[in-house]
Amino acid sequence: MVAELLSKIAAGNGHGEESAYFDGWKAYENDPFHPVNNPHGVIQMGLAENQLSFDLVKDWILKNPSASICTVEGVDQFKDIAIFQDYHGLPQFRHAVARFMEKVRGDKVRYDSDRIVMSGGATGAHELMAFCLADPGDAFLVPTPYYPGFDRDLRWRTGVQLLPVECHGSNQFKVTKQALEEAYKKAAEDNIKVKGLLITNPSNPLGTVLDRETLTSILSFSTDKNIHLICDEIYGATVFGYPEFISISEIMLDHPHNPDLIHLVYSLSKDLGFPGFRVGIVYSYNDRVVSCARKMSSFGLVSAQTQMLIASMLSDEVFVEKFLAESKKRLETRHNEFTWGLNQVGIQCLKSNAGLFVWMDLRQLIGQGKDPTVESELRLWRVIINEVKINVSPGCSFHCSEAGWFRVCIANMDNETMHVALRRIRSFAAQKVGKKDGGVVRSSSGKRKCWQQNNLQLRLSSRRLDDLMGVSQLGSPHSPMSPLVRAQT
Amino acid sequence: MESSNGVFNNEQLLSTIATNNGHGEDVEYFDGWKAYDNDPYHPSNNPNGVIQMGLAENQLSFDLIKEWMVKNPQASICTHEGVNKFTDIAIFQDYHGLPKFRSAVAKFMGKARGDRVSFDPERIVMSGGATGANETLMFCLADPGEAFLVPSPYYPAFNRDLGWRTGVKLIPITCESWNKITEEALKSAYEDAQNKKIRVKGLIITNPSNPLGTVQDFDTLKMLVNFVNDKRIHLVCDEIFAATVFNSPRLISVAEVIKDMPHVNYDLFHIIYSLSKDLGMPGFRVGVVYSYNDRVVTTARKMSSFGLVSSQTQYMLASLLSDDVFVTSYLDKSRERLSQRHKHLTRELAKVGIQCLKSNAGLFVWMDLRHLLKKPTKEEELKLWKVIINDVKINVSPGSSFHCNEAGWFRVCFANMDDETVDVSLQRIRTFVRRENKESNNNNDNTQKPNLKKRKEMMKLSRLSFNSRRFEETPNLLSPHSPIPQSPLVKART
Repeated sequence: MVAELLSKIAAGNGHGEESAYFDGWKAYENDPFHPVNNPHGVIQMGLAENQLSFDLVKDWILKNPSASICTVEGVDQFKDIAIFQDYHGLPQFRHAVARFMEKVRGDKVRYDSDRIVMSGGATGAHELMAFCLADPGDAFLVPTPYYPGFDRDLRWRTGVQLLPVECHGSNQFKVTKQALEEAYKKAAEDNIKVKGLLITNPSNPLGTVLDRETLTSILSFSTDKNIHLICDEIYGATVFGYPEFISISEIMLDHPHNPDLIHLVYSLSKDLGFPGFRVGIVYSYNDRVVSCARKMSSFGLVSAQTQMLIASMLSDEVFVEKFLAESKKRLETRHNEFTWGLNQVGIQCLKSNAGLFVWMDLRQLIGQGKDPTVESELRLWRVIINEVKINVSPGCSFHCSEAGWFRVCIANMDNETMHVALRRIRSFAAQKVGKKDGGVVRSSSGKRKCWQQNNLQLRLSSRRLDDLMGVSQLGSPHSPMSPLVRAQT
Repeated sequence: MESSNGVFNNEQLLSTIATNNGHGEDVEYFDGWKAYDNDPYHPSNNPNGVIQMGLAENQLSFDLIKEWMVKNPQASICTHEGVNKFTDIAIFQDYHGLPKFRSAVAKFMGKARGDRVSFDPERIVMSGGATGANETLMFCLADPGEAFLVPSPYYPAFNRDLGWRTGVKLIPITCESWNKITEEALKSAYEDAQNKKIRVKGLIITNPSNPLGTVQDFDTLKMLVNFVNDKRIHLVCDEIFAATVFNSPRLISVAEVIKDMPHVNYDLFHIIYSLSKDLGMPGFRVGVVYSYNDRVVTTARKMSSFGLVSSQTQYMLASLLSDDVFVTSYLDKSRERLSQRHKHLTRELAKVGIQCLKSNAGLFVWMDLRHLLKKPTKEEELKLWKVIINDVKINVSPGSSFHCNEAGWFRVCFANMDDETVDVSLQRIRTFVRRENKESNNNNDNTQKPNLKKRKEMMKLSRLSFNSRRFEETPNLLSPHSPIPQSPLVKART
């Protein structure tokens, strides 16, 4: 029997890559959009990447050849770097990352470079946190909707459980004290030991920042219950406009807390747009956790070659300031254009000012007169993938408590592609104009609004959809199928 | 502070894994590292400092790599020639890895094995160094509480890599004859585990061996393959020193053995590889899990998300290792240099009566100092070790840290320094041996005649006289990482 040969972890499905949710990826990979070669292909809007500011980075790279160990200017460092495997990390790397984190928070807080611990991306950082803070069977509370990868990162090999703290669209998915208390109480009733609370701020998938009041309430909740507070702040530098980003580190300055309970997860994958470089960071205010996490980091250290590049780049304060300012601006512009385009066809998004995506509200397009359900959400999703030909992520994959929301990533493409995507969405929405029940769509009739200029006539076929599988966890940025070498538009 | 789940004291705040000592970095064994970090040798700045011979690194052939780098700027995403790939590479996080990287690594693995076997790039799975590869494989093959057999002496960090977070037990198999694993020893260990109701899921071997520097012969490998096949347990072969074989007998990879045994269950065989030793690049964290079991490949690949190789590094190495001319030349020259270094060191040691286990691979020698021990015990070995660190001022690794069941052996790394430093260390050893000879001759004049057998064993050198220094408890030197918090190893190299 094959299953016996392997471990339970290997034989199970804890990796979360259920077959059902591959449709979005499959569709994209079988038919990827290309402006010239495949203009009718599927546009990838399911990948939270920041591709808007690489020109600035490339410019810096060319002006700073000594940041690389492969250039004539830098090759004399090759050996020292190639043999450097100390899990403390290059000191200049740690200093540069600490300083960068400070800048991302407007210099309102200070970070100690000795608390910077490396990990294999934020993915590795989260798993590491779970290994350090909880035993198999213990649980972390996590507000919904949340990044689907958490199910794998925090649970798979650790045996730790994730218990949802339900948040609702009726109050913009705020994390309320009541919801926290309810979740905590339920765990106690079910005899599950809660070891911590995990929040993502700015939020994925919502793109919102937590306000001061919520953060303070969260801090006092975790302090009161004596449980850990893990703050995933990997989107810190994607915040534009108001309200400003407030880190838990800032809240700690003014409110009573136990530092031994507070930990940050950081990464350069979103803020800088370097997911390939696998730069994950664990920052803990608990000395023992720092020490333990550092030992564990051996399983996922950052390549010394990359440490050196990043150390160089982030030590350049002039560059960093310019990059942060410009990147925010571009994200804001992209955000505004896209949401405006959606508004024009009556599609709203949750009000947000961070992240690399918008949280699109399509509740009114589904439901057939009843409340939207997961099944109806998934039906609509299939249509979006197969007919509108855009890969977005359905809210249920984020464990959203209500159906009809979709996360749409907007920073992983150029302007032209974004406009193509908008046109397609607008055409699609035009078909649904006037349909309260949002049900079967016939070819549009009646008054056409001025924005319906596109020739594309989308028809929903009466296709028989596949069986809908249970809620799964699409969301991993990794393609479960084939190499993504040319995945980017 | 009270909680409704009960009071958590500081200890309970963390997980069991975080608070046990599974990381293996016990306080005791830090003396070697401390001594080195506090007082690192430098030819001009600190010529009396401690010489680091406890780190198995391959630093002999960087000139070849540097030369290649300068001639191949397109291998980097940071040069004019390569920067146009920067974006594509910086966003590439697919856990399959860059196809070119996988192909290049597969080819390199074949070349390191004399092209007697070929490796399928589709089975190449990345991991966070060999450290990550070993752990990942355990997560795939065994449940907490289950066990893997491992012949001793073995690499100390296996306890952490294979067992810390996985909960897998390691059961050492004692080999009477150095690194020759006998079927008897294997069966005995296996049955013993069964009697204790411990489920053995597999056997892990390191070939070439760390710390012995020897390779497994064909018959032994065949015996191992048959054994695991018969018991339906896994065979994991850590072959990270494959390209460090500098003399005959040649390396026989498990891949070669099973190629001619089509009747065995391929689902049981897995190889751990890395570029840390063969290419001398531990800082780049390039670990590989190579499994003949499809399910293990897909599972390990999903797990690789926790420790992927930086795409920047994948890209550069894909280029380097695709250059067949370079690779062939590098492998030849590297072996030659290792051979020379090994020969020089062992000859000079022999001149002062110090023998090493006959070896033909690895980045170290297994030095025999049994004759210098007062008694053949671990305590005496550690006392001698302290002397070597504090008086001779060389950091070497005591055999007990490798779970060697015979006291008096030390692993001495020789490939992480230049020629001059080797000679300085040899000079210190000569001085030490001479001094000890003199002292023991003096002692002999005043003491009773030592017994004859003991005299033979000591080979002209008799008892050491220790100074009356009070030794602290001995630390456990395990990981290649300095456990000392404040000491970056950036300038650690001689």
